[in-house]
Amino acid sequence: MKYLLTITFATLLFSCAPDKPKNKEEFPEQPSTSAVEDVISNPTKGLGAVKTVTLKTPLELDRVGRGLAIYEMKCSACHKLTDQRVVGPGWKDITKRRQPEWVMNMITNIDMMLEKDPEAQKLLELCLMRMPNQNMSIGDARDVLEFMRQNDGEK
Amino acid sequence: MKTVMKSVVLLLGVASAFMFYGCKPKGPQSAIVGDAASKVYVAPGKYDEFYNIVSGGFNGQMGIYGIPSGRLFKILPVFSVFPESGYGYSEETKPMLNTSHGFVPWDDLHHIALSVTKGEHDGRWAFGNANNTPRVARINLKTFKTEEILELPNSGGNHSSPFITENSEYIVAGTRFSVPVGDKRDVPISTYKENFKGTISFIKIDPITGRMNIGFQLKTPGVNFDLSRAGKGPSHGWFFFSCYNTEQAYTLLEVNATQKDKDFIMAVNWKKAEEYIAQGKGEKVKAKYAHNLLDESTHMATSEMMTEVLQLDPTILKDIIYFIPCPKSPHGCDTDPTGEFIVASGKLAAIIPVFSFTKIQAAIAAKDFEGEFAGIPVIKYESALHGEVKKPGLGPLHTEFDEKGNAYTSFFVSSEIVKWNVKSLEVLDRVPTYYSIGHLCVPGGPTSKPHGKYVIAYNKITKDRYLPTGPELTQSAQLYDISGDKMQLLLDFPTTGEPHYAEAIPASLIAPNSTKIFKIEENNHPYVAKGEKEAKVVRKGNEVHVYMTAIRSHLVPDNIEGIKLGDVVYFHVTNLEQDWDVPHGFAVKGAANAEILIMPGETQTLKWIPDEVGVSPFYCTDFCSALHQEMQGYARVSPAGSNVPIKFGTGVVEETGSK
Repeated sequence: MKYLLTITFATLLFSCAPDKPKNKEEFPEQPSTSAVEDVISNPTKGLGAVKTVTLKTPLELDRVGRGLAIYEMKCSACHKLTDQRVVGPGWKDITKRRQPEWVMNMITNIDMMLEKDPEAQKLLELCLMRMPNQNMSIGDARDVLEFMRQNDGEK
Repeated sequence: MKTVMKSVVLLLGVASAFMFYGCKPKGPQSAIVGDAASKVYVAPGKYDEFYNIVSGGFNGQMGIYGIPSGRLFKILPVFSVFPESGYGYSEETKPMLNTSHGFVPWDDLHHIALSVTKGEHDGRWAFGNANNTPRVARINLKTFKTEEILELPNSGGNHSSPFITENSEYIVAGTRFSVPVGDKRDVPISTYKENFKGTISFIKIDPITGRMNIGFQLKTPGVNFDLSRAGKGPSHGWFFFSCYNTEQAYTLLEVNATQKDKDFIMAVNWKKAEEYIAQGKGEKVKAKYAHNLLDESTHMATSEMMTEVLQLDPTILKDIIYFIPCPKSPHGCDTDPTGEFIVASGKLAAIIPVFSFTKIQAAIAAKDFEGEFAGIPVIKYESALHGEVKKPGLGPLHTEFDEKGNAYTSFFVSSEIVKWNVKSLEVLDRVPTYYSIGHLCVPGGPTSKPHGKYVIAYNKITKDRYLPTGPELTQSAQLYDISGDKMQLLLDFPTTGEPHYAEAIPASLIAPNSTKIFKIEENNHPYVAKGEKEAKVVRKGNEVHVYMTAIRSHLVPDNIEGIKLGDVVYFHVTNLEQDWDVPHGFAVKGAANAEILIMPGETQTLKWIPDEVGVSPFYCTDFCSALHQEMQGYARVSPAGSNVPIKFGTGVVEETGSK
């Protein structure tokens, strides 16, 4: 009986389907999840394309400079450099609380992070404001991370 | 188990019923209706197959719709101010509406031309014409913004425009009303024949940037130019215009311009005109017209006043233009996808003449002329004619084409679309429209490669099609399926303004290139604040410039003091967001102006002349986040001559007494 049903519906589908417009393209590109899923196993690194970050000592000063410029243009409206929370949490000691990968994934893969990462979700509950996508590349995020390290007192 | 069996049997019954009706749409009325609904249904979250870019007529805008759903996506301001976005109100956009007459806040946008490469849509630009104060505009289809407006000198109203050549070399602008031009313009109206002239402007399009400039202007006899189309394929290099009022009437045209049995189609050999120009022919004449251009990196438009134009006189420079007699008061003038046939629709004619490009060329070569009109040769009607469509309907206006060699002509008087075969001239089908159709649109219909599938009717009369809204009703468009032998009405959908011509283009040619944000790093606006650190308030004499930033959900600065009565305040608001679909808005109490909407990464400026002492609130007008309602600020206005210093900030709480 089950098969009969399946066949009936299949027939229905194929014989009667009107010539529908082919919506080949789904225009707004979705982030591909394949690269993301395998990182889920390590939640402290967050979700996204950033899997391992190598940090150098002493700090890479060119990155720090670029990171500061990006901070002032795209981040400072919501994040203070102290521990004071305004729209978003203050940045003081962020590099001590979070894995570098987590920080960079949060900056570059916000929608996925807010949807799936428990730590990101806790922050959303606290701040009640989705962190905006500021259209930053992974290189930009790496520069900002270096600036955060400096802000946390690393040399 | 019994229940399960029952449900299964029931399901099967329902299924076969569906099969019966679904698969055999011919016959019962209900089946046709059901079929129509599924053809226009675009499920939630799915996209339409085509963009429909529709002129707004007297609203001076373009409407962007989806086909087949008929959903309205955007009203795109072009020639008219638009308080919703601040177009024509913000300091950046005001220059776009500058003309030789000064700032003109309105116009009548009739026709759309989409850019083409090798005769096919390329999805880069849309052009529109201003019928009243003669202008053409270019819209960038990445940003859906009006990027450029060019005024046309020596024109009395730009109607036969902005039709486009096969590789977007030119768009044209033919004057609807002939007028006295040049130095002798204060003349009695009754001297029409002697003093009134027409002009056709060929506007050159830069192939990379799309920027427009008037390549040349043809001086023509004083008649009315109505519509036009470029040749394509074999007829590339030619342009065809419909002319009426060859009676050269200047009053009660309804009677006096409909006396002759035939008016003209004017064939223009623009490659010949280019040859003359290359030889240094033509005359540069003084003219005054505005050229307005938006710079995407500064987000600002600038207006430049141009001073001369190159004119060619075809009565002296031979072989540029020819007239072809055409019955009677021709309106539409459309070339078929092959470029061989030119369909001319006499509004008052009982037939549709179809001219052959090959025959026109042979007639010119053999000098097969019946005489001259105002110094221009007139080709014999029969020598240019491919044939006539007999008894097609009443009041033919416009013709579009499908990919199968068929033409679709709109009939205003008999309210119908008639499908006919271009080669055999045989009428194949007709459907009623509700009511009194004007233009019509087949996706890709004016190109060398029509996409077919649908024809859309833009009707002039709505009457009883929708719930009444008093004396003024929405304009009504109708969508028909033309994939089969018979046209089938699928959908009515309301439109804004009064659509004239429209084009439809596959979404796949536009959507993937759509701009989502403006990069803040690339913002070169002179008053940009790239980050809150750059937010400030600067006094320059009696001007106060506020460099303000907006991000969810606060403005910096949100407390401003030191403004005095008599000051002119400019709020330069930069949206710091870099995410798609997060505009912020800005409005201030009492501004004799509109709001501004600022797209992510953009800077827009609202001018405010405070007229009372006190504290005026300002706020974000576009709901942006859970704390949108908190996105506000205060501007303190002190009396003229007060010594309150300029002071500004956000987030600084002072517990001072009143000062």
